[in-house]
Amino acid sequence: MVKIAIASGKGGTGKTFVSTNLYQSLLKRGANVSLTDCDAEEPNAAAFFNISERSRIKVTQKVPVIDVDKCVYCGRCQDWCAYNAIIILKERNIAKVMEEMCHDCGACFVACNYGAITEKDVDLGDVTTYDVQGLSSLVEGRLKVGVYTPVPVLKKAISATSAEIEIFDSPPGTSCPFIHTVNASDYIILVTEPTPFGLNDLKLSVEILRQMEKRFSVIVNRAGLGCNEVYEYLENEKIDLLAEIPFDRNYAEIYSKGGLVSEENEGISLQFDAMANKILQWNLQ
Amino acid sequence: MELAVISGKGGTGKSSITSAFATMNRQVVLADCDVDAANLHIIMNPDIEETQVYIAGEKAVIDQDKCTGCRLCEEYCRFDAISSINGICIVDEISCDGCKLCARLCPSKAIEMVPNDKSRMHSGSFRNGKMVYGRLEPGEENSGKLVAMVRSKAREISEREGLETILIDAPPGIGCALISSISGVSDLLIVTEPSISAKSDLNRTLQLLENYSSKKYVVINKYDLSPDLTTEVEELCKIYDVSVIGKIPFDRVVVDAMVNRKSIIEFNPDSVVSIELEKIWKTIKSYK
Repeated sequence: MVKIAIASGKGGTGKTFVSTNLYQSLLKRGANVSLTDCDAEEPNAAAFFNISERSRIKVTQKVPVIDVDKCVYCGRCQDWCAYNAIIILKERNIAKVMEEMCHDCGACFVACNYGAITEKDVDLGDVTTYDVQGLSSLVEGRLKVGVYTPVPVLKKAISATSAEIEIFDSPPGTSCPFIHTVNASDYIILVTEPTPFGLNDLKLSVEILRQMEKRFSVIVNRAGLGCNEVYEYLENEKIDLLAEIPFDRNYAEIYSKGGLVSEENEGISLQFDAMANKILQWNLQ
Repeated sequence: MELAVISGKGGTGKSSITSAFATMNRQVVLADCDVDAANLHIIMNPDIEETQVYIAGEKAVIDQDKCTGCRLCEEYCRFDAISSINGICIVDEISCDGCKLCARLCPSKAIEMVPNDKSRMHSGSFRNGKMVYGRLEPGEENSGKLVAMVRSKAREISEREGLETILIDAPPGIGCALISSISGVSDLLIVTEPSISAKSDLNRTLQLLENYSSKKYVVINKYDLSPDLTTEVEELCKIYDVSVIGKIPFDRVVVDAMVNRKSIIEFNPDSVVSIELEKIWKTIKSYK
Protein backbone atom coordinates (compact mmCIF):
# COMPACT_ATOMS: atom_id res chain seq x y z
CA MET A 1 0.00 0.00 0.00
CA VAL A 2 1.30 3.44 -0.87
CA LYS A 3 -0.10 6.87 -0.09
CA ILE A 4 0.99 9.65 -2.42
CA ALA A 5 0.30 13.34 -1.83
CA ILE A 6 0.29 15.75 -4.76
CA ALA A 7 1.31 19.06 -3.19
CA SER A 8 2.75 22.51 -3.82
CA GLY A 9 3.49 25.58 -1.75
CA LYS A 10 2.10 27.89 -4.40
CA GLY A 11 -1.54 27.66 -5.42
CA GLY A 12 -2.59 27.03 -9.01
CA THR A 13 0.52 25.15 -10.12
CA GLY A 14 -1.47 22.11 -11.25
CA LYS A 15 -1.98 19.84 -8.22
CA THR A 16 -5.51 18.87 -9.23
CA PHE A 17 -4.42 18.54 -12.87
CA VAL A 18 -1.72 16.03 -11.88
CA SER A 19 -3.89 14.22 -9.31
CA THR A 20 -6.82 13.67 -11.65
CA ASN A 21 -4.77 12.62 -14.68
CA LEU A 22 -2.54 10.31 -12.66
CA TYR A 23 -5.59 8.74 -11.02
CA GLN A 24 -7.19 8.20 -14.44
CA SER A 25 -4.02 6.57 -15.76
CA LEU A 26 -3.86 4.20 -12.78
CA LEU A 27 -7.57 3.40 -13.13
CA LYS A 28 -7.04 2.46 -16.79
CA ARG A 29 -4.35 0.02 -15.73
CA GLY A 30 -6.81 -1.69 -13.41
CA ALA A 31 -4.94 -0.57 -10.29
CA ASN A 32 -6.66 -0.62 -6.92
CA VAL A 33 -6.49 3.15 -6.53
CA SER A 34 -8.43 5.91 -4.77
CA LEU A 35 -8.30 9.70 -5.03
CA THR A 36 -8.91 11.92 -2.01
CA ASP A 37 -9.43 15.66 -2.44
CA CYS A 38 -7.85 17.11 0.71
CA ASP A 39 -8.27 20.76 -0.34
CA ALA A 40 -11.38 21.07 1.82
CA GLU A 41 -11.51 24.87 1.45
CA GLU A 42 -11.83 24.62 -2.33
CA PRO A 43 -12.38 21.01 -3.48
CA ASN A 44 -12.44 20.48 -7.26
CA ALA A 45 -11.22 16.99 -8.18
CA ALA A 46 -14.70 15.43 -8.33
CA ALA A 47 -15.69 17.70 -11.22
CA PHE A 48 -13.37 15.81 -13.59
CA PHE A 49 -15.11 12.42 -13.35
CA ASN A 50 -18.46 10.75 -13.87
CA ILE A 51 -19.34 9.94 -10.32
CA SER A 52 -22.20 8.73 -8.17
CA GLU A 53 -22.45 9.37 -4.47
CA ARG A 54 -21.94 6.33 -2.27
CA SER A 55 -21.89 7.79 1.22
CA ARG A 56 -21.62 11.05 3.07
CA ILE A 57 -20.60 11.78 6.63
CA LYS A 58 -20.90 15.02 8.55
CA VAL A 59 -17.78 16.32 10.26
CA THR A 60 -18.45 18.04 13.54
CA GLN A 61 -16.54 19.38 16.49
CA LYS A 62 -17.56 19.94 20.10
CA VAL A 63 -17.92 23.48 21.43
CA PRO A 64 -18.75 24.47 25.01
CA VAL A 65 -22.17 25.63 26.17
CA ILE A 66 -22.16 27.59 29.43
CA ASP A 67 -25.15 27.13 31.72
CA VAL A 68 -25.58 30.62 33.20
CA ASP A 69 -27.64 29.24 36.11
CA LYS A 70 -24.66 27.21 37.29
CA CYS A 71 -21.85 29.57 36.22
CA VAL A 72 -20.29 31.63 39.04
CA TYR A 73 -18.21 33.71 36.61
CA CYS A 74 -14.96 32.62 38.23
CA GLY A 75 -13.17 32.88 34.87
CA ARG A 76 -11.30 29.58 35.17
CA CYS A 77 -12.53 28.33 31.78
CA GLN A 78 -11.38 31.59 30.18
CA ASP A 79 -7.93 31.18 31.76
CA TRP A 80 -7.65 27.61 30.54
CA CYS A 81 -8.73 28.40 26.97
CA ALA A 82 -5.61 28.75 24.82
CA TYR A 83 -7.61 30.15 21.89
CA ASN A 84 -9.37 33.18 23.46
CA ALA A 85 -12.70 31.56 22.67
CA ILE A 86 -14.36 32.33 26.02
CA ILE A 87 -15.10 35.73 27.53
CA ILE A 88 -16.18 35.95 31.19
CA LEU A 89 -17.03 39.34 32.70
CA LYS A 90 -17.97 38.83 36.34
CA GLU A 91 -19.19 42.35 37.06
CA ARG A 92 -21.61 42.22 34.13
CA ASN A 93 -22.58 38.53 34.45
CA ILE A 94 -21.37 37.82 30.92
CA ALA A 95 -20.22 34.33 29.91
CA LYS A 96 -19.78 34.13 26.17
CA VAL A 97 -18.37 31.45 23.86
CA MET A 98 -16.99 32.43 20.45
CA GLU A 99 -17.62 29.14 18.71
CA GLU A 100 -15.54 29.86 15.60
CA MET A 101 -12.43 30.37 17.77
CA CYS A 102 -12.88 27.06 19.65
CA HIS A 103 -10.47 24.22 18.79
CA ASP A 104 -12.39 21.44 20.60
CA CYS A 105 -9.61 20.72 23.12
CA GLY A 106 -11.94 20.19 26.08
CA ALA A 107 -9.89 22.30 28.50
CA CYS A 108 -12.83 24.53 29.60
CA PHE A 109 -14.96 21.48 30.27
CA VAL A 110 -12.24 20.09 32.58
CA ALA A 111 -11.55 23.52 34.11
CA CYS A 112 -15.10 24.18 35.31
CA ASN A 113 -15.61 23.16 38.95
CA TYR A 114 -19.32 23.96 38.94
CA GLY A 115 -20.61 21.65 36.24
CA ALA A 116 -21.65 24.71 34.23
CA ILE A 117 -20.09 23.60 30.95
CA THR A 118 -21.58 21.02 28.64
CA GLU A 119 -20.73 20.50 24.99
CA LYS A 120 -22.66 20.48 21.75
CA ASP A 121 -21.73 19.48 18.21
CA VAL A 122 -21.25 22.09 15.50
CA ASP A 123 -21.02 21.37 11.80
CA LEU A 124 -17.62 21.83 10.10
CA GLY A 125 -18.35 20.32 6.72
CA ASP A 126 -18.69 16.90 5.16
CA VAL A 127 -16.78 14.06 3.60
CA THR A 128 -18.39 12.40 0.59
CA THR A 129 -17.29 9.16 -1.02
CA TYR A 130 -18.13 8.77 -4.69
CA ASP A 131 -18.04 5.74 -6.97
CA VAL A 132 -15.93 6.12 -10.09
CA GLN A 133 -16.58 3.54 -12.83
CA GLY A 134 -18.17 1.29 -10.22
CA LEU A 135 -14.83 0.11 -8.89
CA SER A 136 -12.94 2.97 -7.35
CA SER A 137 -13.47 5.60 -4.68
CA LEU A 138 -13.10 9.32 -4.98
CA VAL A 139 -13.34 11.03 -1.59
CA GLU A 140 -13.99 14.72 -1.15
CA GLY A 141 -13.61 16.77 2.02
CA ARG A 142 -15.69 19.95 1.84
CA LEU A 143 -15.41 22.66 4.49
CA LYS A 144 -18.62 24.50 5.38
CA VAL A 145 -18.30 28.10 4.16
CA GLY A 146 -17.36 30.37 7.07
CA VAL A 147 -15.58 27.70 9.15
CA TYR A 148 -12.00 28.70 10.05
CA THR A 149 -9.99 25.49 9.95
CA PRO A 150 -10.16 22.73 7.34
CA VAL A 151 -7.95 20.32 9.32
CA PRO A 152 -10.66 18.15 11.00
CA VAL A 153 -12.45 17.76 7.64
CA LEU A 154 -9.34 16.80 5.70
CA LYS A 155 -8.25 14.34 8.41
CA LYS A 156 -11.64 12.60 8.14
CA ALA A 157 -11.32 12.58 4.34
CA ILE A 158 -7.87 10.98 4.51
CA SER A 159 -9.15 8.10 6.64
CA ALA A 160 -12.43 7.63 4.74
CA THR A 161 -11.23 5.02 2.27
CA SER A 162 -8.42 2.58 1.70
CA ALA A 163 -6.85 1.26 -1.48
CA GLU A 164 -3.54 -0.19 -2.65
CA ILE A 165 -2.62 3.22 -4.01
CA GLU A 166 -4.14 6.30 -2.39
CA ILE A 167 -3.65 9.67 -4.04
CA PHE A 168 -4.15 12.79 -1.91
CA ASP A 169 -4.76 16.08 -3.72
CA SER A 170 -3.23 18.41 -1.11
CA PRO A 171 -4.28 21.93 -0.13
CA PRO A 172 -1.82 24.69 -1.13
CA GLY A 173 0.53 26.45 1.29
CA THR A 174 2.95 25.19 3.88
CA SER A 175 0.94 25.47 7.09
CA CYS A 176 -1.24 23.03 9.00
CA PRO A 177 -3.58 21.76 6.21
CA PHE A 178 -0.59 20.89 4.00
CA ILE A 179 1.37 19.37 6.92
CA HIS A 180 -1.50 17.10 7.96
CA THR A 181 -1.88 15.86 4.38
CA VAL A 182 1.79 15.10 3.76
CA ASN A 183 2.19 13.65 7.25
CA ALA A 184 -0.31 10.94 6.28
CA SER A 185 1.60 10.20 3.04
CA ASP A 186 4.51 7.90 2.18
CA TYR A 187 5.60 9.87 -0.84
CA ILE A 188 5.02 13.41 -2.07
CA ILE A 189 4.97 14.73 -5.61
CA LEU A 190 5.57 18.48 -5.56
CA VAL A 191 4.11 20.33 -8.52
CA THR A 192 5.78 23.60 -9.42
CA GLU A 193 6.06 26.00 -12.32
CA PRO A 194 9.31 27.47 -13.67
CA THR A 195 8.71 30.99 -12.32
CA PRO A 196 10.31 32.89 -9.42
CA PHE A 197 7.12 32.48 -7.33
CA GLY A 198 6.92 28.79 -8.13
CA LEU A 199 10.57 28.27 -7.19
CA ASN A 200 10.33 30.25 -3.95
CA ASP A 201 7.36 28.19 -2.77
CA LEU A 202 8.98 24.96 -3.94
CA LYS A 203 12.00 25.71 -1.73
CA LEU A 204 9.71 26.21 1.27
CA SER A 205 7.98 22.88 0.61
CA VAL A 206 11.29 21.05 0.17
CA GLU A 207 12.57 22.50 3.45
CA ILE A 208 9.62 21.04 5.36
CA LEU A 209 9.60 17.68 3.63
CA ARG A 210 13.29 17.27 4.44
CA GLN A 211 12.61 18.11 8.10
CA MET A 212 9.83 15.53 8.08
CA GLU A 213 12.16 13.02 6.38
CA LYS A 214 9.67 12.39 3.58
CA ARG A 215 10.52 10.99 0.15
CA PHE A 216 9.54 13.28 -2.70
CA SER A 217 10.13 14.28 -6.30
CA VAL A 218 9.10 17.25 -8.44
CA ILE A 219 6.95 17.81 -11.51
CA VAL A 220 7.62 21.02 -13.42
CA ASN A 221 4.31 22.08 -14.96
CA ARG A 222 3.93 24.73 -17.70
CA ALA A 223 7.51 24.12 -18.78
CA GLY A 224 8.58 26.67 -21.40
CA LEU A 225 7.02 29.61 -19.54
CA GLY A 226 9.33 31.47 -17.21
CA CYS A 227 12.98 30.69 -16.57
CA ASN A 228 15.49 27.91 -15.92
CA GLU A 229 16.28 28.66 -12.29
CA VAL A 230 14.10 25.81 -11.06
CA TYR A 231 16.14 23.24 -13.00
CA GLU A 232 19.40 24.58 -11.58
CA TYR A 233 17.90 24.34 -8.11
CA LEU A 234 16.76 20.73 -8.63
CA GLU A 235 20.18 19.77 -9.91
CA ASN A 236 22.08 21.48 -7.09
CA GLU A 237 19.82 19.93 -4.49
CA LYS A 238 19.85 16.54 -6.21
CA ILE A 239 16.07 16.39 -6.33
CA ASP A 240 14.43 13.96 -8.72
CA LEU A 241 12.56 15.59 -11.63
CA LEU A 242 9.67 13.15 -12.08
CA ALA A 243 8.18 14.82 -15.15
CA GLU A 244 8.09 18.00 -17.14
CA ILE A 245 4.73 19.00 -18.57
CA PRO A 246 4.95 21.62 -21.31
CA PHE A 247 2.81 24.73 -21.33
CA ASP A 248 0.18 24.59 -24.04
CA ARG A 249 -2.91 26.77 -24.39
CA ASN A 250 -4.88 23.71 -25.50
CA TYR A 251 -4.20 21.92 -22.22
CA ALA A 252 -5.41 24.96 -20.31
CA GLU A 253 -8.58 25.00 -22.40
CA ILE A 254 -9.30 21.28 -21.90
CA TYR A 255 -8.67 21.57 -18.16
CA SER A 256 -10.81 24.70 -17.84
CA LYS A 257 -13.85 22.77 -19.09
CA GLY A 258 -13.35 19.88 -16.68
CA GLY A 259 -11.61 17.60 -19.17
CA LEU A 260 -8.71 15.23 -18.54
CA VAL A 261 -5.86 16.29 -20.82
CA SER A 262 -4.40 12.76 -20.81
CA GLU A 263 -7.64 11.52 -22.42
CA GLU A 264 -7.32 13.97 -25.29
CA ASN A 265 -3.60 14.29 -25.90
CA GLU A 266 -1.35 11.34 -26.57
CA GLY A 267 1.90 12.96 -25.42
CA ILE A 268 0.44 13.85 -22.03
CA SER A 269 -1.22 10.46 -21.79
CA LEU A 270 2.18 8.76 -22.25
CA GLN A 271 3.71 10.95 -19.55
CA PHE A 272 1.07 10.02 -17.00
CA ASP A 273 1.28 6.36 -18.01
CA ALA A 274 5.02 6.44 -17.34
CA MET A 275 4.37 7.96 -13.90
CA ALA A 276 1.67 5.38 -13.22
CA ASN A 277 4.09 2.57 -14.11
CA LYS A 278 6.69 3.95 -11.72
CA ILE A 279 4.14 4.10 -8.93
CA LEU A 280 2.93 0.56 -9.60
CA GLN A 281 6.55 -0.57 -9.26
CA TRP A 282 6.99 1.24 -5.94
CA ASN A 283 3.83 -0.40 -4.75
CA LEU A 284 5.30 -3.84 -5.44
CA GLN A 285 8.45 -3.10 -3.47
CA MET B 1 -8.56 52.82 1.08
CA GLU B 2 -7.68 49.31 2.21
CA LEU B 3 -7.99 46.97 -0.77
CA ALA B 4 -7.64 43.19 -0.43
CA VAL B 5 -6.86 41.22 -3.59
CA ILE B 6 -8.29 37.75 -3.06
CA SER B 7 -9.27 34.57 -4.92
CA GLY B 8 -10.58 31.23 -3.77
CA LYS B 9 -8.37 29.34 -6.19
CA GLY B 10 -4.61 29.72 -6.01
CA GLY B 11 -2.50 30.85 -8.94
CA THR B 12 -5.11 33.11 -10.53
CA GLY B 13 -2.75 36.11 -10.49
CA LYS B 14 -3.33 37.87 -7.15
CA SER B 15 0.31 38.76 -6.56
CA SER B 16 0.95 39.89 -10.14
CA ILE B 17 -2.10 42.17 -9.99
CA THR B 18 -1.26 43.49 -6.52
CA SER B 19 2.31 44.31 -7.61
CA ALA B 20 0.92 46.13 -10.66
CA PHE B 21 -1.35 48.29 -8.47
CA ALA B 22 1.53 48.95 -6.08
CA THR B 23 3.76 50.30 -8.83
CA MET B 24 1.07 52.46 -10.46
CA ASN B 25 0.97 54.54 -7.33
CA ARG B 26 3.67 56.74 -5.94
CA GLN B 27 3.29 55.74 -2.32
CA VAL B 28 1.39 52.79 -0.87
CA VAL B 29 1.61 50.37 2.02
CA LEU B 30 1.81 46.84 0.73
CA ALA B 31 0.82 43.95 3.02
CA ASP B 32 1.58 40.42 1.86
CA CYS B 33 -0.89 38.37 3.90
CA ASP B 34 -0.12 35.06 2.18
CA VAL B 35 2.07 34.22 5.16
CA ASP B 36 2.31 30.53 4.17
CA ALA B 37 3.98 31.31 0.89
CA ALA B 38 4.74 35.01 0.61
CA ASN B 39 6.02 36.06 -2.81
CA LEU B 40 5.65 39.81 -3.29
CA HIS B 41 9.04 40.56 -1.73
CA ILE B 42 10.62 38.73 -4.69
CA ILE B 43 9.30 41.46 -7.00
CA MET B 44 9.54 44.38 -4.57
CA ASN B 45 12.90 43.54 -3.03
CA PRO B 46 12.28 45.69 0.07
CA ASP B 47 14.95 47.02 2.41
CA ILE B 48 13.96 45.39 5.68
CA GLU B 49 13.98 47.96 8.47
CA GLU B 50 12.34 45.95 11.24
CA THR B 51 11.87 42.26 12.01
CA GLN B 52 9.56 41.05 14.76
CA VAL B 53 9.13 37.59 16.24
CA TYR B 54 5.69 36.06 15.95
CA ILE B 55 4.75 33.38 18.49
CA ALA B 56 2.60 30.82 16.69
CA GLY B 57 1.17 29.09 19.76
CA GLU B 58 2.96 26.50 21.85
CA LYS B 59 3.83 22.81 21.79
CA ALA B 60 3.88 20.36 24.69
CA VAL B 61 7.23 18.83 25.65
CA ILE B 62 7.43 15.98 28.17
CA ASP B 63 10.34 15.79 30.60
CA GLN B 64 11.07 12.06 30.59
CA ASP B 65 12.84 12.25 33.98
CA LYS B 66 9.66 13.48 35.64
CA CYS B 67 7.10 11.44 33.65
CA THR B 68 5.74 8.46 35.58
CA GLY B 69 3.93 7.02 32.58
CA CYS B 70 0.46 7.42 34.14
CA ARG B 71 -0.98 8.28 30.71
CA LEU B 72 -3.46 10.83 32.06
CA CYS B 73 -2.30 13.25 29.34
CA GLU B 74 -2.93 10.66 26.65
CA GLU B 75 -6.44 10.06 27.99
CA TYR B 76 -7.39 13.75 27.90
CA CYS B 77 -5.68 14.81 24.64
CA ARG B 78 -8.33 15.27 21.98
CA PHE B 79 -5.78 15.70 19.18
CA ASP B 80 -4.34 12.17 19.55
CA ALA B 81 -0.99 13.88 19.97
CA ILE B 82 0.26 11.77 22.87
CA SER B 83 1.07 8.10 22.69
CA SER B 84 2.92 5.85 25.07
CA ILE B 85 5.31 3.07 24.27
CA ASN B 86 6.64 0.91 27.10
CA GLY B 87 5.54 3.43 29.70
CA ILE B 88 7.16 6.38 27.94
CA CYS B 89 4.80 9.14 26.80
CA ILE B 90 5.68 10.86 23.54
CA VAL B 91 4.18 14.02 21.97
CA ASP B 92 3.63 14.06 18.23
CA GLU B 93 4.59 17.65 17.40
CA ILE B 94 2.51 17.74 14.25
CA SER B 95 -0.69 16.70 16.00
CA CYS B 96 -0.15 18.83 19.13
CA ASP B 97 -2.48 21.84 18.99
CA GLY B 98 -0.91 23.67 21.94
CA CYS B 99 -4.04 23.68 24.13
CA LYS B 100 -1.98 23.12 27.28
CA LEU B 101 -4.56 20.80 28.87
CA CYS B 102 -1.99 18.01 29.33
CA ALA B 103 0.46 20.37 31.06
CA ARG B 104 -2.26 21.58 33.42
CA LEU B 105 -3.38 18.07 34.34
CA CYS B 106 -0.03 16.27 34.66
CA PRO B 107 0.24 15.16 38.33
CA SER B 108 4.06 15.16 38.21
CA LYS B 109 4.38 18.50 36.36
CA ALA B 110 6.40 16.76 33.67
CA ILE B 111 4.94 18.72 30.74
CA GLU B 112 6.19 22.10 29.68
CA MET B 113 4.73 24.32 26.97
CA VAL B 114 7.39 25.61 24.59
CA PRO B 115 6.51 28.58 22.33
CA ASN B 116 6.81 28.23 18.55
CA ASP B 117 8.94 31.29 17.98
CA LYS B 118 10.45 30.73 14.55
CA SER B 119 7.92 32.80 12.58
CA ARG B 120 8.77 36.38 11.65
CA MET B 121 7.21 39.59 10.44
CA HIS B 122 9.32 41.92 8.32
CA SER B 123 8.65 45.54 7.41
CA GLY B 124 10.57 48.05 5.36
CA SER B 125 10.66 50.26 2.30
CA PHE B 126 10.37 49.43 -1.36
CA ARG B 127 10.47 51.63 -4.45
CA ASN B 128 6.82 52.67 -4.19
CA GLY B 129 6.33 52.96 -0.46
CA LYS B 130 6.33 50.68 2.55
CA MET B 131 5.90 46.95 2.75
CA VAL B 132 5.01 44.41 5.45
CA TYR B 133 5.15 40.66 5.08
CA GLY B 134 4.97 37.62 7.29
CA ARG B 135 6.95 34.45 7.20
CA LEU B 136 5.12 31.66 9.01
CA GLU B 137 7.53 28.92 9.97
CA PRO B 138 6.47 25.96 7.84
CA GLY B 139 3.94 23.78 9.60
CA GLU B 140 2.94 26.32 12.23
CA GLU B 141 -0.68 27.00 13.02
CA ASN B 142 -2.52 30.24 13.65
CA SER B 143 -1.64 31.79 10.31
CA GLY B 144 -4.77 33.93 10.79
CA LYS B 145 -3.14 35.61 13.80
CA LEU B 146 0.05 36.37 11.90
CA VAL B 147 -2.10 37.86 9.13
CA ALA B 148 -3.79 40.07 11.75
CA MET B 149 -0.36 41.17 12.97
CA VAL B 150 0.78 42.03 9.42
CA ARG B 151 -2.38 44.06 8.85
CA SER B 152 -2.11 45.91 12.11
CA LYS B 153 1.49 46.83 11.27
CA ALA B 154 0.42 48.00 7.81
CA ARG B 155 -2.25 50.25 9.36
CA GLU B 156 0.23 51.65 11.87
CA ILE B 157 2.65 52.53 9.04
CA SER B 158 -0.18 53.97 6.95
CA GLU B 159 -1.12 56.37 9.77
CA ARG B 160 2.43 57.24 10.73
CA GLU B 161 3.57 57.95 7.17
CA GLY B 162 0.28 59.42 5.99
CA LEU B 163 -0.04 56.82 3.22
CA GLU B 164 -3.73 56.37 2.49
CA THR B 165 -3.65 53.30 0.29
CA ILE B 166 -3.11 49.87 1.83
CA LEU B 167 -2.90 46.97 -0.64
CA ILE B 168 -3.35 43.46 0.74
CA ASP B 169 -2.20 40.40 -1.18
CA ALA B 170 -4.38 37.69 0.37
CA PRO B 171 -3.84 33.92 0.62
CA PRO B 172 -5.96 31.47 -1.41
CA GLY B 173 -8.82 29.50 0.13
CA ILE B 174 -11.69 30.52 2.39
CA GLY B 175 -10.33 29.50 5.81
CA CYS B 176 -8.84 31.38 8.74
CA ALA B 177 -5.97 33.10 6.90
CA LEU B 178 -8.33 34.52 4.26
CA ILE B 179 -11.01 35.55 6.76
CA SER B 180 -8.35 37.33 8.78
CA SER B 181 -7.05 39.09 5.62
CA ILE B 182 -10.38 40.66 4.70
CA SER B 183 -12.16 41.64 7.90
CA GLY B 184 -12.98 45.33 7.85
CA VAL B 185 -11.33 46.20 4.51
CA SER B 186 -12.97 48.92 2.40
CA ASP B 187 -12.57 47.11 -0.95
CA LEU B 188 -12.38 43.50 -2.07
CA LEU B 189 -11.08 42.57 -5.52
CA ILE B 190 -11.69 38.93 -6.40
CA VAL B 191 -9.42 37.54 -9.11
CA THR B 192 -10.77 34.53 -10.96
CA GLU B 193 -10.14 32.52 -14.13
CA PRO B 194 -12.41 30.92 -16.71
CA SER B 195 -12.32 27.31 -15.52
CA ILE B 196 -14.77 25.04 -13.73
CA SER B 197 -12.40 24.85 -10.75
CA ALA B 198 -12.05 28.62 -10.44
CA LYS B 199 -15.78 29.10 -10.94
CA SER B 200 -16.60 26.65 -8.15
CA ASP B 201 -14.05 28.37 -5.88
CA LEU B 202 -15.47 31.79 -6.79
CA ASN B 203 -18.93 30.58 -5.85
CA ARG B 204 -17.72 29.58 -2.38
CA THR B 205 -15.81 32.86 -2.01
CA LEU B 206 -18.90 34.91 -2.95
CA GLN B 207 -20.97 32.87 -0.47
CA LEU B 208 -18.47 33.72 2.25
CA LEU B 209 -18.56 37.42 1.30
CA GLU B 210 -22.35 37.73 1.29
CA ASN B 211 -22.37 39.29 4.75
CA TYR B 212 -19.42 41.59 4.10
CA SER B 213 -20.27 45.23 3.57
CA SER B 214 -16.98 46.05 1.75
CA LYS B 215 -17.19 47.12 -1.89
CA LYS B 216 -16.69 44.01 -4.04
CA TYR B 217 -15.53 43.58 -7.62
CA VAL B 218 -14.42 40.69 -9.81
CA VAL B 219 -11.64 40.56 -12.40
CA ILE B 220 -11.43 37.62 -14.81
CA ASN B 221 -7.79 36.88 -15.54
CA LYS B 222 -6.71 34.94 -18.67
CA TYR B 223 -10.33 35.31 -19.82
CA ASP B 224 -9.50 34.36 -23.42
CA LEU B 225 -8.42 30.83 -22.44
CA SER B 226 -12.09 29.86 -22.39
CA PRO B 227 -14.74 32.29 -23.65
CA ASP B 228 -17.52 29.86 -22.59
CA LEU B 229 -16.36 29.68 -18.99
CA THR B 230 -15.83 33.46 -18.96
CA THR B 231 -19.53 33.84 -19.80
CA GLU B 232 -20.44 31.37 -17.04
CA VAL B 233 -18.32 33.25 -14.52
CA GLU B 234 -19.99 36.53 -15.53
CA GLU B 235 -23.41 34.95 -15.02
CA LEU B 236 -22.40 33.71 -11.58
CA CYS B 237 -21.30 37.23 -10.62
CA LYS B 238 -24.69 38.60 -11.73
CA ILE B 239 -26.45 36.19 -9.35
CA TYR B 240 -24.41 37.61 -6.46
CA ASP B 241 -24.80 41.16 -7.80
CA VAL B 242 -21.02 41.74 -7.97
CA SER B 243 -19.64 43.65 -10.97
CA VAL B 244 -17.00 42.25 -13.29
CA ILE B 245 -14.81 45.34 -13.68
CA GLY B 246 -12.17 43.95 -15.97
CA LYS B 247 -11.06 41.07 -18.16
CA ILE B 248 -7.35 40.45 -18.62
CA PRO B 249 -6.10 38.35 -21.54
CA PHE B 250 -3.51 35.61 -21.16
CA ASP B 251 -0.07 36.97 -22.02
CA ARG B 252 3.37 35.52 -21.46
CA VAL B 253 4.58 39.04 -20.74
CA VAL B 254 3.16 38.65 -17.19
CA VAL B 255 5.51 35.74 -16.52
CA ASP B 256 8.40 37.56 -18.22
CA ALA B 257 7.86 40.53 -15.89
CA MET B 258 8.02 38.23 -12.86
CA VAL B 259 11.20 36.59 -14.15
CA ASN B 260 12.72 40.07 -14.41
CA ARG B 261 11.60 40.88 -10.84
CA LYS B 262 9.35 43.68 -12.07
CA SER B 263 5.63 44.34 -12.04
CA ILE B 264 3.92 44.22 -15.42
CA ILE B 265 3.45 48.01 -15.22
CA GLU B 266 7.21 48.50 -14.83
CA PHE B 267 8.19 45.83 -17.33
CA ASN B 268 5.84 46.67 -20.16
CA PRO B 269 3.50 49.60 -19.48
CA ASP B 270 2.14 49.54 -23.04
CA SER B 271 1.04 45.90 -22.98
CA VAL B 272 -2.68 45.11 -23.23
CA VAL B 273 -2.49 43.64 -19.72
CA SER B 274 -1.02 46.87 -18.29
CA ILE B 275 -3.63 49.04 -20.00
CA GLU B 276 -6.44 46.85 -18.70
CA LEU B 277 -4.99 46.93 -15.17
CA GLU B 278 -4.78 50.75 -15.28
CA LYS B 279 -8.44 50.81 -16.26
CA ILE B 280 -9.36 48.42 -13.42
CA TRP B 281 -7.48 50.55 -10.89
CA LYS B 282 -9.30 53.71 -12.07
CA THR B 283 -12.63 51.92 -11.73
CA ILE B 284 -11.81 50.88 -8.17
CA LYS B 285 -10.72 54.39 -7.24
CA SER B 286 -13.89 55.94 -8.61
CA TYR B 287 -16.33 53.29 -7.35
CA LYS B 288 -18.89 54.64 -4.91
